[in-house]
Amino acid sequence: MTTAHYVVLSAILFSLGVLGVLIRRNAIIVFMSVEMMLNASNLAFVAFARQAGNLDGQTIAFFVMTVAAAEVVVGLAIIMTIFRTRRSASIDEPNLLKY
Amino acid sequence: MNLDVIASAQVGSNGGAEIVFWVCAVIAVSGAVGMLVSRKPVHSALFVAMTMVSLAVLYLALDAPFLGMVQIIVYTGAVMMLFVFVIMIVGVDASDSLVETIRGQRWPAIAFTAGFAALLIGAIVNGLQGAPDPSLALANAADGGNVQGIARLIFTKYALAFEITSALLITAALGAVLLTHRERHTPKATQEDLSRKRFREPGHPGNLPPAGTYARHNAVDTPALLPDGSPVPESVPGPLHERGSVRPVNAGATDEVRSLAGGHTVITEDGGHVQQSDDFDNGPEAGDKP
Repeated sequence: MTTAHYVVLSAILFSLGVLGVLIRRNAIIVFMSVEMMLNASNLAFVAFARQAGNLDGQTIAFFVMTVAAAEVVVGLAIIMTIFRTRRSASIDEPNLLKY
Repeated sequence: MNLDVIASAQVGSNGGAEIVFWVCAVIAVSGAVGMLVSRKPVHSALFVAMTMVSLAVLYLALDAPFLGMVQIIVYTGAVMMLFVFVIMIVGVDASDSLVETIRGQRWPAIAFTAGFAALLIGAIVNGLQGAPDPSLALANAADGGNVQGIARLIFTKYALAFEITSALLITAALGAVLLTHRERHTPKATQEDLSRKRFREPGHPGNLPPAGTYARHNAVDTPALLPDGSPVPESVPGPLHERGSVRPVNAGATDEVRSLAGGHTVITEDGGHVQQSDDFDNGPEAGDKP
């Protein structure tokens, strides 16, 4: 398989993640879509590492996974804190910072 | 090493790699679409886990066995299970999430995403035309394996980034603890406090009699009977009262109990035992003595 196949797959997954962020309202599903985008970029990193013939891309993908894990922990903690005070997991509800 | 054997077996025969790619690509994309369209967040989480597993297989096919394993352990094992835990706490209420807040926002969003994907794919196909046949065999063999190669890069070229990552992880753990921690403003109520509160408030301090106590049946719709035979309405759950499906008390049985409680025992012919009528078959089986 050529690198283009893998990178096109990664672009499709990234676009589906973008679509999820745009059309879903549940904060947890929006968060999953962000994870999907991170995974798609990881796939592109790994595919390009194979194209370039060195392991730097795989190392960067590894760092992306670490950052994604930290981001998930903090993000889910924020979602839970908002749910506790507002009793809702919808991203349209928390608008108090506007006023 | 075992993983290297798997990876090289998949890459070694070209037809095998092709099958792996197409199967995993279809699974990954259908998982992403399933995440978008499923109503319940739990289903979305499981669809995403499916996508992540197929991506792990693709990493194996891309000469990255270490990342494939890390993908399974970190993403499907830790991150998605964390999502599932949070959904169990939070997301059960959120089944309305397919409703649009901004009217008519969905179709422009889909059109925008389709255009974005077309742009990306066009640029990729254009840019990668005539690229040389890729292979990672040399790089993987240079340090004796994929894991060793990545380890050498992490601890030499990317050592600073690695150290910063550790600081990031500690900060994230602290942040999660801080965000989910709840300070207790009042002391926790002990068993003694709860007991005092029960007796101070009007109402029933102890347990209510359960349904069916001293009654003919022990079904949940049968009110318990007091020793004098009168029914206890509180012993039947409230919704049954609302629905009007509380079983009526057998008047004959309660009259008999009342008469027994008042001292009017029924003497049998053969020796002073209390005779049970057929109506009241729940008490002691005194009449069965020979």
